[in-house]
Amino acid sequence: MTKADLVEAVYTKLDGFSKKESAELVESVFEMMKETLGRGDKIKISGFGNFVVRDKKARIGRNPQTGEEITISARRVLTFKPSQVLKNVLNV
Amino acid sequence: MTKSQLIEAIVAARGYPRKAVEVAVNSIFDGMVEALQRDDRIEIRGFGNFTVRRYKEYVGRNPKTGDKVHVPEKLMPFFKVGKELRERINDGEAYAGDDSDDDDE
Repeated sequence: MTKADLVEAVYTKLDGFSKKESAELVESVFEMMKETLGRGDKIKISGFGNFVVRDKKARIGRNPQTGEEITISARRVLTFKPSQVLKNVLNV
Repeated sequence: MTKSQLIEAIVAARGYPRKAVEVAVNSIFDGMVEALQRDDRIEIRGFGNFTVRRYKEYVGRNPKTGDKVHVPEKLMPFFKVGKELRERINDGEAYAGDDSDDDDE
């Protein structure tokens, strides 16, 4: 499934919206989610899951090929925690 | 931010009718749940990919009592963040990690 399939789903459900407008609508949803997560805010979608931005401290890693020690810089990462509902749906 | 706050934020930023944004947001997440249900992977360029991963059965333990419990095989959704979103979250700082396996962009 790609964004095009989601555009199609939105288009069939919305009267009076063209394909192009439906595409812009879908685009705006993902853009708003990216903006929100980019600020470090979390997003909770009931029935789907939570997107949470976490701060990771710097740590020492190792190049697995050479064994050389390297410092992995402090960074922010995104984690997705699926909702219990979604987990249940996959295991019926 | 909850789903209804996400809808409000899009209405405020773009001026679309609230009803249309509601329908869009709901059909996006409903559509993604249905896709995962039929074991279809979801690729949203710039955002990330969702896939279904199969975990083998194992013998776990109840951490309180120490009793052995059998955990059956299960399917779990897995999200891999896309390059654009990862960089926006991390403010474009340098990565020590290897990005060569990134199939998102």
